[in-house]
This record gives sequence, structure tokens and C-alpha cells, in this order.
Amino acid sequence: MPIVLIVAEQQPDGHLRKASLNAITAGKQLADKAGAELHIALIGKDPAKVADELKGTGAKAVHVGAAPELEHYLAETYAPVLATLATELKADFVGMASTAQGKDLLPRLAARLKAAMATDVTGLNGSGGDITFNRPMWAGNVFAEVKLTTPVKVFTVRATEFAAAGSGEGAAEVKTFTPKVEASKTKFVEFKEVKSARPELTEAKVVISGGRGTKGDFKEIEALADELGAAVGASRAVCDAGWVPNDLQVGQTGKVVAPALYVAAGISGAIQHLAGMKSSKTIVAINKDAEAPIFQVADYGIVADLFKVLPELRAELHKLK
Amino acid sequence: MKILVTAKRVEDPESKIKVKPDGSGIVQEGLKYKINPFDEIGVEEGLRLVAKHQGEVVVVSIGGKEVQEQLRHALAMGAHRAVWVNHTGPLDQFGIAALLQKVTEKEKPDLVILGKQSIDDDQNQVGQYLAEFLDWGQATFASKVESMESEQEKNKVPAVTLTADGKAVRVIREVDNGLATLECQLPAVVTTDLRLNTPRYASLPGIMKAKSKPIEELTPEKLGVDVTPKIQIVKLASPPARKAGIKVPDVATLVDKLRNEAKVV
Repeated sequence: MPIVLIVAEQQPDGHLRKASLNAITAGKQLADKAGAELHIALIGKDPAKVADELKGTGAKAVHVGAAPELEHYLAETYAPVLATLATELKADFVGMASTAQGKDLLPRLAARLKAAMATDVTGLNGSGGDITFNRPMWAGNVFAEVKLTTPVKVFTVRATEFAAAGSGEGAAEVKTFTPKVEASKTKFVEFKEVKSARPELTEAKVVISGGRGTKGDFKEIEALADELGAAVGASRAVCDAGWVPNDLQVGQTGKVVAPALYVAAGISGAIQHLAGMKSSKTIVAINKDAEAPIFQVADYGIVADLFKVLPELRAELHKLK
Repeated sequence: MKILVTAKRVEDPESKIKVKPDGSGIVQEGLKYKINPFDEIGVEEGLRLVAKHQGEVVVVSIGGKEVQEQLRHALAMGAHRAVWVNHTGPLDQFGIAALLQKVTEKEKPDLVILGKQSIDDDQNQVGQYLAEFLDWGQATFASKVESMESEQEKNKVPAVTLTADGKAVRVIREVDNGLATLECQLPAVVTTDLRLNTPRYASLPGIMKAKSKPIEELTPEKLGVDVTPKIQIVKLASPPARKAGIKVPDVATLVDKLRNEAKVV
């Protein structure tokens, strides 16, 4: 029976990266189509606790490899360990969420497996041995259906396009193994976490984003975000100007989000920004310029000054509570 | 220090990309082409490193005769010479990395700097494939802590720094929830993220000088690489269009719509 292997990810704080659960759903869909078995891989210094969280996701087995040298993630140490596992399992497909780690690691793993790879997969087609992947190109202006012709096929999953796997589906067998970790030419120096009391951008149900129209003043954006328990986002221009931290950037070259509600305040709607938020369920645009392209994708638009609209909106929403 | 940088030819990021009705490709008419913006950042970082530590920046591009435009652009920015891998026809990331591996083995640079992705394929793979093929260290998504208005930026100081013994590079990477710092032994592969630097404009003397800088021509055959694609594009399609929205006159109407129509608050 063919095998789909999904790589789950541990955050630096030891928790499971949530996007792993979305990748597992994609893996399940793929296994159904290909008539394959779903397996999960998880490696690190101390992955055992997280492995428990994956037992009920519907996989046949969770392969857990612990080694002290795997404490800090490095593509050079992780890729060989996973390549060995994939080869021993005779995995036909190897996938992972399109997180920073997934994007760094899987191409290196693919190269090691002499496999072709599809990045940011948004959908799956076909059946049996004839599977194709859908993926965005040109900043999401085009979607391609691609076929990988190598024996092993590698892919990363755009997490917002697949639901998170639940925890009540069967009990996967947990199989532990001892990874042989190769020496690395790269040394981990440090990780500086950017801490925020707000939800993670890619996981938030509501996102409030500011653009050039804020002139760098994010107070009203943040106040509305706090009222709604939302994440704060920004356009590329705002991040480039150094007004807000880089990791708030929503867009093809930043984060891709798909919340239930996306509020774009003072954002004109450049193609590259739209690519990062177009899949949101409901989009609200607030902009002084009635011709701004953001209005073409917005469900509801208000042509007005954001510094007038945002406080009013916050007050009205507060009344609803 | 010798640095190899890439200069892929891509559609101008401001162009409107349209899919051909039969899904076989994109409409080429009226499109403008540029150097991949992430590669341009790589050229700039290479120039800054060489300005500080001496050495040479070699730029490479793969494609038909037209990619010489992008090579000349990098040469006009200040790159010293160029390598052109003459190839027309389909090429995937595996093939690109295999060609770059051969060029790297020939040139023997201390560092290869590539864009983290090209804005046409958006695959984000070539740097990592190349590092594995070469068995070198990799630091992807190189970024910088300072803002784009910092002194560092104004003074064109490289953000990728050499360690004191000159045997490794220190790279700050943009990752989920923060910044990770790595030290890669040289030679190594670095891929650039958006905020690593602001590329310089080519000066007029730079453009004039670029015309006489050498471009070496290679081919996949000469490099001994079979570039038969391992990724087949079955078809291309436009993304589903969002249905047209409405403009609302005031906040009260907006809140009413959000609550009763969209049901999101």
C-alpha cells in the first residue's frame, strides 16, 4: 500500500505548530485519493509529549524520533533524518505545512530524496497513481495544476486551505526510533521570539490590517483588534518603512491569511497584498480613495478616513457585547 | 571573497498576469520583464559584502538570449562578470538547481546568494536544493533587524556578516514568531527575504561599464546536466473571482451587515 508521510512541527517553545494539523488533513485527503496509508513523522529533542496530540488525528502511525542534537531545528540535521525515515517506510508522498520551517526543510529533503516538489498546495486531484496538485503562481494570480513525475513526491500545504485535523479519530500507533544525526556545517546561534498577546496572524479568526493610510499610527488598528480579540496585520509598504515589525506583513511575500473577517484600513490593495488575504471569508475595506483596488475584493467598503471610522466601529461593536 | 548571485528573468511584479483561454500558459503580449526582485536583493547584498571584504561578484542567469538584459542589469549595479546558461524550453526547480550546482562547482565561490523565491513560480526551492546537492550549509530567508530607514541601510552595510575568523557567515533569518540567527561555515548558500536591503539603482557610468563586462556562455549540454522537467504543468487557471461587494454609507450600516448578513460579529 502506498504511504503518505506528513511531517509535524514543534515550535521552539515545544508546542505543536497548529498548521501541522491542517497539513495532516491534506495528507488524509491525499491518502484517500491515492489509496494510501497516512503516517506522521515528528522529530526533535523531546517530541514525545506532542506525539500524544497527534494520536487521534486519523493516522495509521506516528513515528517519533528523539535526539539531543535535534534540539534546535536546522535543515541540515533534520533533512537526513527524515529522508532516512521516508526511505525506510518507502513513502510515496512526503508533505508538511508551508510554515517557515516547512519551506526551509522540505526542498532540502526533496533534493535528498531526488524528488520533485510542489510548494503551497491548495488542493488535490486524481486518484490512485495519478495524483495532481493545485498551487498558486504569480502571487496567486494564477493557479496551476501540476504533476510530479519522480517516484517520491514532496509538497508543502497552504494551511488556510485545509481544516485542522481533529483529535477523536482512531488511535495511531506511536513508533519511536533513534535518529542518527549527521554533523552540521551550520550552527544555531539564537532564536528571538517576537511575543504578542494577540493571536497568531495565520491562525486568527479576525485580522485588522493597516496600510500606508495609517501613516504609521497603529493605535486605532490595535484598539479595534483588542476589542475583537483579533490579530494585527500590515501591508508591505508599512513593514518596509519600519513602522511595524516585519512579521505582521500580509501578502504573497509575507503571511497568507484566510480569517472569517479581514478589515483592511488604509490599504490600497496592491496585487501582492491581495494575494495574501483574498481567501478571507468576509473582507471590509476602509479607504479615503474610492478608486482603491481593495474595494474590488471587499464585501463591504466604506469610503472615509480610517481615523474616523475605526473608533466609531469599535464603539458600535462594543455596544453589541 | 567570491560571491555567486542569481538573476532570474521574471514578469514585472506590477504586470497583470492573465491565463490563456486554453490554460496552456499566460498571455505574453504586453508584458514587461525584470530581474526577480528577491534576486536583485541578493545582488545588492553580494555587492555590499564585496565592498567590505574585497572580491568578486559573479552573476548567473538561465534562459534564452533575452536573459542577458537581467545579467546586464546586475552588471550595471556593479557585479563584475556574468555567466549565461543558454537554455530555452521548460525548466523546473530541480533542473535549475542541478545547473547552478555545476556552475558553482566551476566557479568555486565562497557564497551563493539567491532570492528566496522567484515571483513567477513562487516555489521557494532552488536555494535549498542547491545547498543539498553541494552538501553545503544553508541559511534561507535572510533578513535584518533594523528598519529600512536605519543608518545601516543608508550606509549600505551588509546584513549578512562574516565571523571574525572569516570562515563562516552569520545570518539573521525571518521565521515564524521571530528571528533565528545561524552561523554557516563557508562555502554556503544564502537566500534573501524582502527586508534584507534596498537594492541600489544602476548609475549611468555603471550602465556604460556593464556593456563591456564579460558574459560567458554555457549550455546544459556543456555542463552535462539533463534538465528534463520532473514537474509537469497540466494546466493553468485564474483564481475564482470574488463576487462584487457593496459600498456602505456609514459605520452603523456596516455593523448591521457584518452582524446580520455576513454573521461574523
